[in-house]
Amino acid sequence: MASSVLRFRKLCFIEPAVKSSSSCSSTETTSDHNIGNFVVLEEKKSKKIKSKNISSVGKREWRCIDSCCWAIGCICTAWWVLLFVCQCLPATLPVREAPGERLRRDEGLAVLHPVVLVPGIVTGGLELWEGKPCSDGLFRKRLWGGSFTEIFKRPLCWLEHLSLHNETGLDPPDIRVRAVPGLVAADYFAPGYFVWAVLIENLAKIGYEGKNMYMAAYDWRLSFQNTEIRDQALSRLKSKIELMYVTNGYKKVVVVPHSMGVLYFLHFMKWVESPPPMGGGGGPDWCAKHIKAVMNIGPAFLGVPKAVSNIFSAEGKDVAFVRAVAPGVLDSELLGLQTLEHIMRVSRTWDSVISLLPKGGDTIWGNLDWSPEEGNSCDLDKKANAQLSTGDVNFNHSDGTRGFRVKEPVKYGRIISFGKAASQIPSSRLPSPDLKELLRLRSSAGLSLSCGEVLTEYDEISRESIKRIAENKAYTAQNAFDLLRFVAPKLMQRAEAHFSHGIADNLDDPKYDHYKYWSNPLETKLPHAPEMEIYCLYGVGIPTERSYVYKQSPSDKCKSIPFRIDSSADGEPDSCLKSGVYFVDGDESVPVSSAGFMCAKGWKGRTRFNPAGISTYIREYRHKPPASLLEGRGVESGAHVDIMGNFAFIEDVMRVAAGATGSDIGGDRIHSDIVKMSQRINVQL
Amino acid sequence: MSFLRQRKGKFPNPEHQNGDGDDDETTKKERESRERKQREQEEETRRRIRKRWSCVDGCCWFIGCICSTWWFLLFLYNAMPASFPQYVTEAITGPLPDPPGVKLRKEGLVAKHPVVFVPGIVTGGLELWEGHQCADGLFRKRLWGGTFGELYKRPLCWVEHMSLDNETGMDRSGIRVRPVSGLVAADYFAPGYFVWAVLIANLARIGYEEKTMYMAAYDWRLSFQNTEVRDQTLSRIKSNIELMVATNDGKKVVVIPHSMGVLYFLHFMKWVEAPAPMGGGGGSDWCAKHIKAVMNIGGPFLGVPKAVSGLFSIEGKDIAVARAFAPGVLDKDVFGLQTLQHMMRMTRTWDSTMSMMPKGGDTIWGGLDWSPDNCSTKKKNNGTSASGQKGTRNNGSAKGVNYGKMVSFGKDVAALHSSEIERIDFRGAVKGNSLANTSNCDVWTEYHEMGVGGVKAVADYKAYTAGEILDLLQFVAPKLMARGGAHFSYGIADNLDDPKYQHYKYWSNPLETKLPNAPDMEIYSMYGVGIPTERAYVYKLTTPATECYIPFQIDTSAEGGSEDTCLKGGVILADGDETVPVLSSGFMCAKAWRGKTRFNPSGIRTYVREYDHAPPATLLEGRGTQSGAHVDIMGNFALIEDVIRVAAGATGEELGGDQVYSDIFEWSERIDLQF
Repeated sequence: MASSVLRFRKLCFIEPAVKSSSSCSSTETTSDHNIGNFVVLEEKKSKKIKSKNISSVGKREWRCIDSCCWAIGCICTAWWVLLFVCQCLPATLPVREAPGERLRRDEGLAVLHPVVLVPGIVTGGLELWEGKPCSDGLFRKRLWGGSFTEIFKRPLCWLEHLSLHNETGLDPPDIRVRAVPGLVAADYFAPGYFVWAVLIENLAKIGYEGKNMYMAAYDWRLSFQNTEIRDQALSRLKSKIELMYVTNGYKKVVVVPHSMGVLYFLHFMKWVESPPPMGGGGGPDWCAKHIKAVMNIGPAFLGVPKAVSNIFSAEGKDVAFVRAVAPGVLDSELLGLQTLEHIMRVSRTWDSVISLLPKGGDTIWGNLDWSPEEGNSCDLDKKANAQLSTGDVNFNHSDGTRGFRVKEPVKYGRIISFGKAASQIPSSRLPSPDLKELLRLRSSAGLSLSCGEVLTEYDEISRESIKRIAENKAYTAQNAFDLLRFVAPKLMQRAEAHFSHGIADNLDDPKYDHYKYWSNPLETKLPHAPEMEIYCLYGVGIPTERSYVYKQSPSDKCKSIPFRIDSSADGEPDSCLKSGVYFVDGDESVPVSSAGFMCAKGWKGRTRFNPAGISTYIREYRHKPPASLLEGRGVESGAHVDIMGNFAFIEDVMRVAAGATGSDIGGDRIHSDIVKMSQRINVQL
Repeated sequence: MSFLRQRKGKFPNPEHQNGDGDDDETTKKERESRERKQREQEEETRRRIRKRWSCVDGCCWFIGCICSTWWFLLFLYNAMPASFPQYVTEAITGPLPDPPGVKLRKEGLVAKHPVVFVPGIVTGGLELWEGHQCADGLFRKRLWGGTFGELYKRPLCWVEHMSLDNETGMDRSGIRVRPVSGLVAADYFAPGYFVWAVLIANLARIGYEEKTMYMAAYDWRLSFQNTEVRDQTLSRIKSNIELMVATNDGKKVVVIPHSMGVLYFLHFMKWVEAPAPMGGGGGSDWCAKHIKAVMNIGGPFLGVPKAVSGLFSIEGKDIAVARAFAPGVLDKDVFGLQTLQHMMRMTRTWDSTMSMMPKGGDTIWGGLDWSPDNCSTKKKNNGTSASGQKGTRNNGSAKGVNYGKMVSFGKDVAALHSSEIERIDFRGAVKGNSLANTSNCDVWTEYHEMGVGGVKAVADYKAYTAGEILDLLQFVAPKLMARGGAHFSYGIADNLDDPKYQHYKYWSNPLETKLPNAPDMEIYSMYGVGIPTERAYVYKLTTPATECYIPFQIDTSAEGGSEDTCLKGGVILADGDETVPVLSSGFMCAKAWRGKTRFNPSGIRTYVREYDHAPPATLLEGRGTQSGAHVDIMGNFALIEDVIRVAAGATGEELGGDQVYSDIFEWSERIDLQF
């Protein structure tokens, strides 16, 4: 009894005003009308609640919901008001005038040559045409590109539909995912994230439209020749170019490929010349007849080191960075997500990734002790950045002096090394690589059946051989292939039937008629089209991944990737090593040497790779980050994708499309050390 | 206990509570007074709080509530499995039939012939490529199709950009509006309003995809030849068809044109054969080599009467109905909208509307006193046999209105025999005498030039047959007709070998062209029947509400009454698919092209496939799977099945040949045309 009394007292104490009249002194409620009324109201609101104890709690809860609603209401209203104000504001904020408008007004530029846009990997949209029951209602909806909402709604279903068949590299049964056609395929990757949209808009200003601008969308997951086998993408491209050539008064086309699209178009040029069963049967003069210029943007001619780390451990700089900031998040098995493992499994079914592996082996990318970027000090990039962003001369100066303090050149040639030390010690102290044995080991090593369902191919590799891989310490571009063949046997087996990564000794060897060589500029000749022009347009001034420091993953669990980038490996504050990644100059994805070498040396003048002497031009764009947030992704960016919004770049493309030649727009424009680097590369020309 | 409780209630103040147990009622008065003060204070603070928690907060709270519930519902909706709506539908209406694609896939049908879609007028999307200041930010956004959001935001700007040049029929300076390309051009007209989407989805079930399906989108505002001149659309279609045939092991394409696309494709077939400067230079066997079948859906081969009223006073049944319900709304000058006038000025710059004018004149559409079709169809469809009327011409002496008078002024005129109508020729009438002070009109239509005399002369002529309609339009819209006349022709050829028929203006008129020399090709005419369709109009003069107005409008008060159900709201209705009368969509395949005729010298086989309209049983069915309406028929399962079978390789015979519900064969017999 006493306790109940106490409780009541407490109640009244807590809710004095209300309780005093409502529950405790029911006889006196009439004495005070105001309170009474209020109480009645309150009582109504909390009708359901039976015991007084709960009633008071309930009421407080109600208050909470109340204020929640209120807060949400406030926010919504404010949002709407802001939105309304935004709408009312004049649509044109004072930004720099787009080059299209200016060139039309000042110089009278007008549409002349039809333009073909070739998108790169990842940026093209993919849509569903046939799927498993889990993908109900997604018919002709974008699975890739757009808002990516399906990832969150049904992640496993999404992954299943984006995977290709592990054996054939084509569609898995009952699933058909196809490239989105038309300009919408890659104008925006996600809402608000432009890829080609800015260029398209500027071209439209001088008169381009659907009939003289064509987006050569293809399924970027397939190997290049398979896009023809499955979708006839190359035939369509050929037919479209021929059509545009005819319907636009027999004006040759200007082709603008981006990123992997560059390799795709190299493949196309060889395909179109080859005789029908394998090729398009256009004859040796097709390119000369139909193509005015190929303006390669951010070309990955010789591959990108990123592709190695991607296949090896499904990570890159960004993932390593996330890991450093929030260790454990990506690897946690909470919710059984295993994000990286799933990504690895899916991306290893995409043959096209292989086209981006470094080409030319040690000759191009350097060996254990040597690399063409050798003399390159990383501070060059940073200096440029600092100069542009702060303009502080003193800082600049000190930075420069620090740059000279680097004693030992970075050994970029070791694309993968295990441990920071292994990336720096002289090669004599490295254990000699013995990959042949490893490969043999693989066949003998049985499956470790302890892990139930096989998630990635790593589950099929014994722990022992994983240790052996790590013991090997350092891998160059050349023997990185052996490594990948070991860890991703299916992918490499499939893809190496479609791509080759060597350097040809004798280009007239009939074996080079096979399509697997067509996308490698070091194993093909350019078409016989002396009037054609080839441009290499790319950004510089951004640290770009070049080689990686790896470690063995601490977790010995099943179904995990046994290697990861050692994000703890940091060099001196101004060195090139950051979070386990060595950086060089580039456009954030493609190092300068890969983007520029062919135009700077491999094809310059009349070489064996360029027997017709097609003129080549290098146009580099120094990266300048956007000055303010209002500029969005900047109009002077040099980053791999953002460069598509770079005004200087757009102007170059427009001038060429409107009829200018390479020398008209100023010939080469070089900011980086590409010429020096190219000279160090010893390829017979 | 209860006493205690009561007492406790009186002492909210903690200090008092504490002291409560010890000293009882000693300082009662003191306490009471203090208590009261305290209560008042509390009350005041509460009032203050409540005052602050006032209107604005209430609003915020309310909005918050709504938003939260909305989000919650949205969340539920998103979390809902995708098959849920179907599940509910099935629970209510019983199991749905398999969509034809699924059904036929079970039968083992797979994609074989590539498919080309040719959309009709209005359904294709148009997007902006270059515009004036007012269209800022609309680059590559849809002006036509989609949500039509811009129509509300900036109506005048929209009208300006959608119009073409009044002289040339091409782009106005500084404006480039272009057709959307790809399947998205016409899969949905507006969000949720399918056009081709259902057909595409069903074709995809048996293996079709982007590489085997092609949407031949074109700018449907231009005259057909101008689409080639400006956009090289015909060349693109040719190149795409060639590509599809080449990449699909030489399998010929199945072409599926809809509505005006039917005429467009007729034009294309002539164009592609014609030699290079004017045509595509494909040679005379191009069609035989590349086309397996042309499956015309709701094809207005001989035009539609709707086009007449559309051009004459830009109204149709729908607008007339709106007018009958709410007289004055459309014509009001409130807000200075002048909607109809703006619409008229815009649509009159679109040459393509001219392609849908009734063709063949009185021979096809009937004279003042007879017409091939009659009003009894509806009844017959409903079961009551009307065999007695068969064979006899529905002449003027019979009761009811006459279809032959396509436009008549006054209901009486519509019903009278020709001998009783007094007509005064309008052709010589003097224009001028400006109808209104044109400077007052924001919107300029050609009516303002015509003057009172002209308007009166038009009305005095009383009745117009299909042939005379052309003269009428020549009179009221000279510019449009001058432009249109250069691109389209509406006659019947006496001698098809006359070299003048090589000109492109005849190519879209089936009565003035020969079909290509492709004996293996098949031509289907597929259309819905069983829906009253506009066939002729009763007009009246507008009582001038404002200075600037359209002087003619449909006389919505003209009702046929119980015995003559064909006249409703000033519109005389016939059997059809709501837009195209059966006569227009069926005649060519039923008679003029049947067998070896002069219009079809190589004897291309033709099939008439009619689909009887059945409205959707419940709201859940949406636009129905058995609809026969002009656009909704694209969701008709029977039609889709036919299309899929042909695309998968079947011939017309295998489909079951003709499938006819209407009197089209009988009517065709009545048309006196030399074959």
